[in-house]
Amino acid sequence: MNKQITVTVNGTQHTLEVEPRLLLVHLIREVLNLTGTHIGCDTTSCGACTILMDGKSIKSCTVLAVQANGKAISTVEGLAPEGGPLHPLQEGFKENHGLHCGFCTPGMLMRATELLADNPNPTEEEIRWGISGNLCRCTGYNNIVKAIEYASAKMRGVPTASTEPEFV
Amino acid sequence: MIQCKTSKAIGGMGHSLKRKEDDRFIQGKGNYVDDIKLPGMLYMDIVRSPYAYAKILKIDSEAAMKVPGVVAVITGKDLAQYNLHWMPTLMSDTQMVLPTDTVMYQAQEVCAVIATSRYAARDGREAVRVEYEKMKPVIDPYKALDPGAPVLRTDKEGKKDNHIWNWKVGDKEKTDKVFETADVVVKQQMHIPRIHVASIETCGCVADYDKVKHHLTMYMTTQAPHAIRTVIALVAGHVGLSEERIRVVSPDIGGGFGGKVPVYPGYVIAIAVSFLVGKPVKWIEDRTENLQADSFARDYHITAEMAGTKDGKILATRFKVLADHGYTDASANPSKFNTGLFSIATGSYDYGTSFMEADAVYTNKPPGGVAYRCSFRVTEAVHAIERITDRFALAVGKDPAELRMQNFIKKEDFPWKSPTGWTYDSGDYHAGLQKAMDAIDYAGLRKEQAEKRKKGELMGIGISTFTEIVGAGPSKDFDILGIKMFDSAEIRVHPTGKAIARFGTKSQGQGHETTYAQIIAEELGIPAENIQIEEGDTDTAPYGLGTYASRSTPTAGAAAAVAARKLRDKARKIAAYLLEVSEDDLEWEPGKFSVKGAPEKSKTIQEIVFASYTNHPQGMEAGFEAVHYYDPPNLTFPSGAYICVVDVDKETGAINVRRFVAIDDCGHIINPMIVQGQVHGGLTQGIAPAMYEELIYDEDGNILNGTLMDYLVPTAVESPKWETGHTVTPSPHHPIGAKGVGESPTVGAPPAIANAIVDALSPYGITHLDIPITPFKVWKALQEKGVK
Repeated sequence: MNKQITVTVNGTQHTLEVEPRLLLVHLIREVLNLTGTHIGCDTTSCGACTILMDGKSIKSCTVLAVQANGKAISTVEGLAPEGGPLHPLQEGFKENHGLHCGFCTPGMLMRATELLADNPNPTEEEIRWGISGNLCRCTGYNNIVKAIEYASAKMRGVPTASTEPEFV
Repeated sequence: MIQCKTSKAIGGMGHSLKRKEDDRFIQGKGNYVDDIKLPGMLYMDIVRSPYAYAKILKIDSEAAMKVPGVVAVITGKDLAQYNLHWMPTLMSDTQMVLPTDTVMYQAQEVCAVIATSRYAARDGREAVRVEYEKMKPVIDPYKALDPGAPVLRTDKEGKKDNHIWNWKVGDKEKTDKVFETADVVVKQQMHIPRIHVASIETCGCVADYDKVKHHLTMYMTTQAPHAIRTVIALVAGHVGLSEERIRVVSPDIGGGFGGKVPVYPGYVIAIAVSFLVGKPVKWIEDRTENLQADSFARDYHITAEMAGTKDGKILATRFKVLADHGYTDASANPSKFNTGLFSIATGSYDYGTSFMEADAVYTNKPPGGVAYRCSFRVTEAVHAIERITDRFALAVGKDPAELRMQNFIKKEDFPWKSPTGWTYDSGDYHAGLQKAMDAIDYAGLRKEQAEKRKKGELMGIGISTFTEIVGAGPSKDFDILGIKMFDSAEIRVHPTGKAIARFGTKSQGQGHETTYAQIIAEELGIPAENIQIEEGDTDTAPYGLGTYASRSTPTAGAAAAVAARKLRDKARKIAAYLLEVSEDDLEWEPGKFSVKGAPEKSKTIQEIVFASYTNHPQGMEAGFEAVHYYDPPNLTFPSGAYICVVDVDKETGAINVRRFVAIDDCGHIINPMIVQGQVHGGLTQGIAPAMYEELIYDEDGNILNGTLMDYLVPTAVESPKWETGHTVTPSPHHPIGAKGVGESPTVGAPPAIANAIVDALSPYGITHLDIPITPFKVWKALQEKGVK
């Protein structure tokens, strides 16, 4: 028995009939064709599917689409207008080589969005704990931390120059 | 400071160009295989065995077929009608696609359910009833060799045991003689654990067979699309899949690390089903399937021995390996190398002789093992030599850094012939270790350690000075299923001076779209931003063996440089024609030819390219294109010096990696930012098996940690803040002097960490711990020594 839900995704309202068991990540990826949100595991461990629901970062593989009824969803596609300018976090990831294969990146970006909303000037340790629900297999995290520090500085209007030593 | 020959605007080698591929990934516009959606697409899910070893009595698909949306249940018997129920492995062993009677490991594919949606396919999977008759599995690789052990591969005619192969290299007699007479001999048994690449994207495909055009398009997570196309043609040619009718597309890949080299049964089943029904079939495995069934890595049981003098001179090494391959030898090695390049285990040290022997066995575990961010068993080799070197240093009472300095091959002794037959191209091991020691203040750390030891505090310093062997490989020795391991580049420059270049490799995050463009920019002076790089589509890219084993820069990168130089030669001819001078009167600087002594008379590369389409000399072929298939004359030998500092809590065994300095030498550097990023990532994949990861099986062959809830991939919290640096010793035989770097950190980090932890515990007589070294292992070892 399908259920009718209304969700606002990246500012656009959708009213849809969905199976009650449909996962939110599948609604986003397969019904709405927003494939920037990825699936990396089946145990809510990796965070590749992280999105914002009413501003809170959640792992959309463990939320049912019907639970999103009446809520506002933000995905990576909604971070910045298509064609730019980039969101400071997107810019930070590019400037600091915060991604390799790119698969975990949308989830990292969405998680970091809430992290900086809650704590605009986090310490390195706060960033590391803050993204510890999101796995990255490629980067070793150093540059993801730098990318979030970059965005934090930019969003607070302070200079974004890297303080890290170069590859000497 | 890295010297650049080109301006930042051209962006050749040495510039930290921001990556061209990033824009799509940070905006959610990547195109991974699960993002592909085709009209009429069916979905496949796979029923897997709960048992490690069992007879299949019955597969009852009746209930599954009643699930709305389910269109078919495919069994081994169905595939057998087309002789597609078995396939070869890359090591010329054989593997079931789907079983007809027996399952050989837990999570093995039993049958496939095809449905009109992902959810219906999963419902169908749950509805299939399979009756099994359990059998007692063989799990322990040593017991697998017992004379009375049940023979697992009864499918192989005449097979009387579980032994797969024996391999040896080196001079046994000479080595044994040195061991008999040496002052000091140390011996250590060690296990390099069975681990998993765990790329964040799992494996999957969309097989799309068009019955009208008799054409298969296979979108799949593969690191080697060209080789896969040939394999499909060889395996399924008899049903009409001829190679010109097969197109393999490897879209964006969410991490590979060697796990996306093999052909898994799921791919083959998807192709078979699409071929039969004429509709696209999508198969995307979930994480649990990925961890439990896809190729593992490592799982080498190694006995390492070192002989030397009392004053610390290494004289000989011996290594004995037992390789647990699981159900079939599904390694992804070059054909002639059963143990991959394990024979690099002689290490960075100058001594006369070594002997190595390995035996491989079948067990009831998933098949493998892949070269996980490793040039074919180099990780195992480096762990063995670097651990036994530390044991030797401890035995002779020498500081491990000093002992290494004493034994290093000297930079003037390159090219250096190793006791197992390799010719190391170049290296400066003393400079690398010295740089690492200076960066971390080695002397200061040893002093601090001595003071802490007086207070009973546990602090350890570990070193790993490794030599890698990558860039497979020269065609005389290196092939996969007979196909030589060259790689290729094709450069096509458009009339306006902008280019597209295509390669036989396939990036999975390494940044090829940026670094290959930089190589071409270096050679031709065309700005890197004007050079588009494409890989992964067998219809358009030139043939190559793919990306793994740090081979892209050594092979395809070299091909790019050589192809660009062919174009520069052509450009010189055109410039001479346009400037009405002899070719010898021209000189090149990045981006233009000018007349010697009259620099105002010049032609830019863009002008020359335009002329090649609009005003080329009579008799010359028009256009501006070149292709090169590069067959490397030798492998490349990157090296590194890593130092790790740990603090260990005596009461709990908790280990804190306080600092980790990595100095890498990968020859000339194309993009320092990307090289550093590769090192960061590889180091985290090095700390993972050193401290956290291992696939654990119980005696019934049940995996005990087959999900990401209990298989501990490090997060940002476990991953230390890496400190990195480099030395540059160019490869003398590589066109741009580069060596490859992707794997060095994964290979080099585990022994540095293990050596540091053992160093911390050594005052209590602890001389070795197998990785992963967990707090429990440390605590237990201390308890056994009576430490309170």
